[in-house]
Amino acid sequence: MFDAVVIGVSMGGLQALKVILPRLPKNFAIPVIVVLHQSTTIDSSLAVLLNGMFEIDVKEAELNEKIEAGYVYLSSPGYHLLIEQDKTFALSIDPPENFSIPSIDVLFESAAEAYGDGLVGIILTGANADGSQGLKVVGQHGGLTVVQAPNTAEAKVMPEAAIAAAEVRHIVPLDEMGEFILRLADDVG
Amino acid sequence: MIKSLLDIEIDCLLSAITERYGYDFRNYARASLKRRIQNYLTVSDCNHVSELIPKVLHDKECFAKFLSNMSVTVTEMFRDPLVFKSIREDILPKLKTYSRINVWHAGCATGEEVYSMAILLEEEGLLGRAHIYATDFNAKSLATAKEGIYPAENVQLYTRNYLKAGGKSSFSDYYQANYESAKMKDSLREKITFASHNLISDQVFAEMNLVLCRNVLIYFDKVLQDRVLELFSDSLVSRGFLVLGDKEAIKYSIVKDDFEAVSERLKTYRKVLHV
Repeated sequence: MFDAVVIGVSMGGLQALKVILPRLPKNFAIPVIVVLHQSTTIDSSLAVLLNGMFEIDVKEAELNEKIEAGYVYLSSPGYHLLIEQDKTFALSIDPPENFSIPSIDVLFESAAEAYGDGLVGIILTGANADGSQGLKVVGQHGGLTVVQAPNTAEAKVMPEAAIAAAEVRHIVPLDEMGEFILRLADDVG
Repeated sequence: MIKSLLDIEIDCLLSAITERYGYDFRNYARASLKRRIQNYLTVSDCNHVSELIPKVLHDKECFAKFLSNMSVTVTEMFRDPLVFKSIREDILPKLKTYSRINVWHAGCATGEEVYSMAILLEEEGLLGRAHIYATDFNAKSLATAKEGIYPAENVQLYTRNYLKAGGKSSFSDYYQANYESAKMKDSLREKITFASHNLISDQVFAEMNLVLCRNVLIYFDKVLQDRVLELFSDSLVSRGFLVLGDKEAIKYSIVKDDFEAVSERLKTYRKVLHV
C-alpha cells in the first residue's frame, strides 16, 4: 500500500476536486495532500468550504502538523507547502516558482524525498506547467506517477506538460480518478 | 533510514558555516532550507553542494552572498493589514497605561513592518513613550531597514494596506517622496533602534511589552521554534503581547500554556499571569 498521495491542480481545480473527492470514504487509509493554485486575495477558507461536502475530512495543512490518514489536506494561498522527513508539514514564503505560491513542484519534490516509493503523485487540470518537474522527481524516487487525461481536463497545459516531462505510469480520465485513488489503498504492490 | 548523499553534503556545509562564521542553520526547517541551497547551487557555478564548502570557507564574499540567499526578506508595509488593525484596536489600548512601551520586532528583515508599527504607535498617541528594537541577523537587510528608503513603486500597495489597517491620516504623511523612492520620516526613525541579533544564539536584552516576530518561525524546526518562543516569553513583561505570522500557531509549542489568544486566527497572543 502507498503512504501518501499528493495532488497538484490549478485552473479548473475546484471542479475537478468536486468530482474526485466524493469517491473517498471517511477514514480513507492514505493521506491526500493537495496543492491548489488560488488567488491570495481570497480568504483561505476553502478547506472550511469543502469540509462537510464529502465523507472524507478536508482541512488546511498546518505548520508542524503530523500527516495522518483520513484527511485531505489543502495548501494555503500565499505559502509554499512542504513535507519534512518526519512526515510533518512545513510552510515557506520563499519566492514563487513557476509564478506560483504555493507551487506544486515544491510540494512534490519535498514529498518525494520524504516518502520515496511510497508516494503517489497526481497532476490534474491546469493552465501552466507547474508540477511537471515535481512529478518527474516523484518518479525518480520510485513513486507512482499519474496524470489526468488531458482531453478530460478543463485546462490541458498542466497535464500535457507533466506527460512530456515525467515518466508517467497512468493516464486517468477525470471521472475515473476517484476510483483510481480509492484502489490505491488495496494495492499491495 | 539511510541519509541521502545530498543530506550528507548539506550537513557538512552547515557544520562548516557554523564553525567558521557562527551562523547556525542546522536547526532550520530542512525541506525549505534544502530547496534554497539547491536554488543557490543553480546560480553558482557548482554542481554539488559539497563544492560550495571550500568556497564559503575561504571566500568571505561568497559566504555573504550565500547568507543573503538563505535569509528570507519577503515583506511589505502593513503586510496582513487585519493583523495591524487588531494591534491598533485590541493591543495598543491595553499598553496605554505604561509610562514606557518597549516593542521588539524580531527578524525585521528590511524593516517595512517596523515602520508600519511606528506609524500605528504615532497615530494612537504612544510613539513618544515607545521604543522599538528592530533586530535581524542579516546585516544587509538591517542596513536597508535603517535607511528606511523603499521603491516608490511599492507605495501604492503600502497605502492600500495602511488604509485596510485602519490608517487615521494619509500614508503620504510618513514619507518624503522622490521620483524613484520613498524615504520614511526621521520622526519615526528616531524611535527605532536597529541592531544585529541572532535568535538562534543571542539572549534576551530588555523587558518588552510587545514582541512581533512574523514569518520567521516557519523557517525553523520544532526544536528551534520552541527555543525562540521561550526567548520571547522570557522577554515579555507579565501580560505582554506576542504577534506571530498568520500560520504560526503556538498551540503545538512548548509555551502554549504561557499565552492566551487575543485572536487565534490572527495569531496574536497575550502572556498569562502565572500564579
